[in-house]
Amino acid sequence: MQHGKYRFITGFLALPLGLYLLFVVWPFVQSIYYSFTDWTGLSPEFGMIGAGNYTRMLDDPVFWKSLQHSLVLVLVLPLVTLGLALFFAFMINVGGRRRNAVVAGVRGSAFYKIAYFFPQVLSIAIVALLFQFAFNPDDGMINATLEAVGLGSIQPDWLGDPDLALIVVMMVLVWSTVGFFVVLFSAGMASIPREIYEAALLDGATRFTTFFRVTLPLLWDTVQSGWVYMGILALGAESFAVVQIMTVGPGGPDYSTTVLPLYVYQAAFRDGQAAYATTIGVALLVVTLAFAAIVMRLGRRERLEF
Amino acid sequence: MKTTETPPPAVRQGGDRGPDQAAHAGAGRSGRQPGGEGAALNVFSHGVLVIWAIMVVLPLLWAVMTSFKTDDAILSSPWSLPDGLHLENWGRAWNQAHMSDYFLNTIIVVGGSLVGTLVLGSMAAYVLARFEFPGNRFVYYLFLGGNSFPIMLALVPLFYVMSNLSLLNTLHGLILVYIAYSLPFTVFFLTAFFRTLPSSVAEAALIDGASHSRTFFQVMLPMARPGLISVGIFNFLGQWNQYMLPTVLNTEPETKVLSQGLVELATSQGYKGDWSGLFAGLVMAMLPVLGAYIVFQRQVVSGLTAGALK
Repeated sequence: MQHGKYRFITGFLALPLGLYLLFVVWPFVQSIYYSFTDWTGLSPEFGMIGAGNYTRMLDDPVFWKSLQHSLVLVLVLPLVTLGLALFFAFMINVGGRRRNAVVAGVRGSAFYKIAYFFPQVLSIAIVALLFQFAFNPDDGMINATLEAVGLGSIQPDWLGDPDLALIVVMMVLVWSTVGFFVVLFSAGMASIPREIYEAALLDGATRFTTFFRVTLPLLWDTVQSGWVYMGILALGAESFAVVQIMTVGPGGPDYSTTVLPLYVYQAAFRDGQAAYATTIGVALLVVTLAFAAIVMRLGRRERLEF
Repeated sequence: MKTTETPPPAVRQGGDRGPDQAAHAGAGRSGRQPGGEGAALNVFSHGVLVIWAIMVVLPLLWAVMTSFKTDDAILSSPWSLPDGLHLENWGRAWNQAHMSDYFLNTIIVVGGSLVGTLVLGSMAAYVLARFEFPGNRFVYYLFLGGNSFPIMLALVPLFYVMSNLSLLNTLHGLILVYIAYSLPFTVFFLTAFFRTLPSSVAEAALIDGASHSRTFFQVMLPMARPGLISVGIFNFLGQWNQYMLPTVLNTEPETKVLSQGLVELATSQGYKGDWSGLFAGLVMAMLPVLGAYIVFQRQVVSGLTAGALK
């Protein structure tokens, strides 16, 4: 049975692990090293400058704006997305009315789940592009719709307005992620035994209390991992794509939408400051890990078995 | 869902029962609370659900409709119906705007990286799940860590690693990077899956004289099919929709992939003002995945919520 075991293990691990080390782990390690150098990325020569990039970063107003917007995204996006998704999932699963039924799904629940999931299969780049047109103040569908329903006096500039642009970015990210969590939470809710709901209703609980006292606690594990997932998304590729594609600049107007991953990208590939870019990247890493740790800590509670 | 994302783990999965059956219950509620709360809630819940459904579907329908309109019609009134099916928009997007090239590049890259991800991912996962050796846990957690680190941080040095290896702006270079960044979730998911498979079959094969690798390819892989399908759908959509990796690592016009090429098109068409061609390209990129989703709805949902099935 042990014959050739180690040769087999080595043979099977070599290629996947080698690829992973070369393209993922090694660049990560390098980027932390580079953050202490003055490497531009344009020439192979560079020298150590200690914490120079870090002190520079602390004095960089664009960095603080990016950090601030990333923090807003990481706080607001999970709250709004998971809140909406829980609400919709609850409505789909127990919002229905049926004779002799304690809790019942609404009619057409299958349709809602299919439709809500649409954005999840689309590329975030395509979604961002679509909404860039939709939010066009002159010939986009959003302002045209406002006009059609009699709100012609409200024609915001959306992405051109520094006060609204970040909100538009968040709306697009919420639009594209809610459906996934509706489906996820629906599956979780469907697996809660109906006897628990019956017991709650026999005790005279309203649906409102049922949701907060029964559904939410039993779904807590899922909500918590969804929270971490949404936070990482808000700090990662999704927010980069939406800001880079939709906003003017990108990151504008007047730095009102710039986020950390976008600033890393711009510093490295637009401004030719590769070392400084990795420094901002390290800040992004710190924010990401801190966020995950905080959610795990705050969310810790006794696991409920059912 | 993108290749580079952390999947949402851990939900208790009670099977894919519809909420209707699952939530049915027979206790005599109607006697105590006639109508009232139920009726109001029913109207309200339908109201909000319909509004969100409209908000999701309307932008997609608007894009489809706009792709058949002329430029003048698009600019004059966004919600007017097309005055005819202007299919020439689609032809322009497909030929002159290089959508056909982008499609071909995407098919090559996703085809190569999907096969590579599944083969390499299942090899690593099998070894990590079924064999004890020094460093097993370390390698496992090394893969796992890739799920939560911000990719952008690695992309700056990666650009120069690729450049030194002459892999920048090549399709095979992109395939290798896609595989590498898909491995963390794939290994995580398949390791859990291989652990659930019974070991008796593999032992029987080994006793019959099959080698370890023969046992893997001819016995274990076929048994792991459901897991491979889930993680395959997950990776397919992630890689097909990938935007950030090609944006950084693949900037030559001839090697561009779909979502990236479309964004490029938007930037350049914006100056030319070919809005109708652009919308045609947008819809062209949207429809295949939406169509596939509608047809394989159940598999896609279970594939994308794969982490949840753990």
